[in-house]
Amino acid sequence: MNARVGYIAANTFREAVRDRVLYNLIAFAVLLSGAAIFVGQISIEIEKLVVINLGLTAVSLFGVVIAIFIGIGLVSKEIEKRTLYTVLSRPVRRWEFIVGKFFGLSGTLVVNTFCMAVGVFAALLYVSHKFMPADALILVALYFIVLQFLIICALALLFSSFSSPLLAAVFSFSLFVIGSFAEDLRGFAGMAHGITRWLATAAAYLVPNFSAFNVISSVAHEHAVAGQLVLHNTLYALLYAAAALSGAVLIFEHRDLK
Amino acid sequence: MAAIEILGLEKTYMVGFWRKRPKRALHPLQLKVEEGEIFGFLGPNGAGKTTTLKLLMGLVFPTSGSARILGREWTDPDIKAQIGFLPEQPYFYDYLTAHELLNYYGQLSGVPAKNRKQRIEEVLQLVGLTDVKGVQLRKFSKGMMQRAGIAQAILHDPKVVFLDEPMSGLDPMGRREVRDLMEQLKREGKTVFFSTHILSDAEALCDRVAIIYKGELRGVGAVADLTSSVQGRIEIVWQGTQVPASIKALGAECHVTADTVRAVISETRQDAAIDALRRERLRLISLTPVRTSLEEYFVEKMRKADSTAGGAS
Repeated sequence: MNARVGYIAANTFREAVRDRVLYNLIAFAVLLSGAAIFVGQISIEIEKLVVINLGLTAVSLFGVVIAIFIGIGLVSKEIEKRTLYTVLSRPVRRWEFIVGKFFGLSGTLVVNTFCMAVGVFAALLYVSHKFMPADALILVALYFIVLQFLIICALALLFSSFSSPLLAAVFSFSLFVIGSFAEDLRGFAGMAHGITRWLATAAAYLVPNFSAFNVISSVAHEHAVAGQLVLHNTLYALLYAAAALSGAVLIFEHRDLK
Repeated sequence: MAAIEILGLEKTYMVGFWRKRPKRALHPLQLKVEEGEIFGFLGPNGAGKTTTLKLLMGLVFPTSGSARILGREWTDPDIKAQIGFLPEQPYFYDYLTAHELLNYYGQLSGVPAKNRKQRIEEVLQLVGLTDVKGVQLRKFSKGMMQRAGIAQAILHDPKVVFLDEPMSGLDPMGRREVRDLMEQLKREGKTVFFSTHILSDAEALCDRVAIIYKGELRGVGAVADLTSSVQGRIEIVWQGTQVPASIKALGAECHVTADTVRAVISETRQDAAIDALRRERLRLISLTPVRTSLEEYFVEKMRKADSTAGGAS
């Protein structure tokens, strides 16, 4: 990796780590895992199911909130506070700045997810007293969650590169919600006719298909995840994030920093 | 070779929400700054100084024109390793300490890791930021932030340093230190291009200055050349306390002391004033040209620009 991209990524990571909001969210995640244990105790026979469902959903939601919350300010905050001026007046290309920010935030989310995953496994151990081979499936679900984060980070950066933090948050969160129902949107497109069908199909393929990444319920029921889905989701997430990131770079390359 | 060559850089912004209309922030600017000069870029707030610096730093894109820095295209990212820049009212990553900030900027500017630590200590010492180890920038005062800004601008030993209002936020002692620092940079053979609206700083420091007003260049040259181009004034001192009406009629500003009168009049009316003194048989003590300050030159340029604009409209 280009050294300057690495330095920018490391600084972005450091900023997130020193941001107290991030610590609060981790604390909330720990609290939620505690709640999972509590619910697990009052749910007879299905404690493990509840803990996995609740824990992984918490990991996903907290990660999405962090990705959007930090991602939308990555560029706009730097412009607003003029910290970008002293970065771009050095031998730093604009694309390096965007890509560095992306890797910095992605790295933050990976570390954050790792911390929360430790909490989930600890809760699981607490309710079932030992790990089973099927528990390894949780790692696949976590991997899919991280892939989702990559897409959301890139989208938040894309919106952050041309709009205000508030609008970028609205756009990113809306896409996350719509993307979570992408399969339903595709189903609707299949049933529609004429121009509606055409528009719905275009929208269904344009929004990120987050529903394909949600295997939490299936993992909780110890259903195996197909290797083909892992491959498909990996390629999809990488291509989608790369496209969104390219859009962000394209916009940012031509933007006046007033 | 010129250190900075601005070749018709121009910037027009589109303003307005619904119906966008063009607003010219900078008229085509031609300017050449030689290597080793301290060059002052003067103008009131909103004159186009910061826009010019942002254009040179590649932070905004010109509507037309180009520039060369140290003989290379200003858009060449590699040339930036030889440029230092202090933005106006700088703000930095406030979660970092000064050492961390400079280390980050040193990395981005390609300062070798083995020299970086030593260089950071040197520049912090140079700008008077000692005893700040472990202190996050969010705890810095405005003056300390300005010093950190100057430190990051010179950290990588650049050949050309651009400073946007470098004295802003500094106390008199701090301003003096920055002036000394700029003179030191010049002694080291570096080119310093700084914008300011504090004319005394420019007058004290600059080899040459350019004056910009309402986005247009109004004058450029050595301070002495510029001020001598302004219509001069003469101070006449004569003995006695009498002020003849003929001298008052010349528009003289007169100050009467115990036994002398001091009058300041336009250089063009000097002969008429001397004739008047002769007629009244008053004893002339001295006749001295009043040195025009950069401020007077500056104000006259502004007035001229405003009256031209008024006349045109």
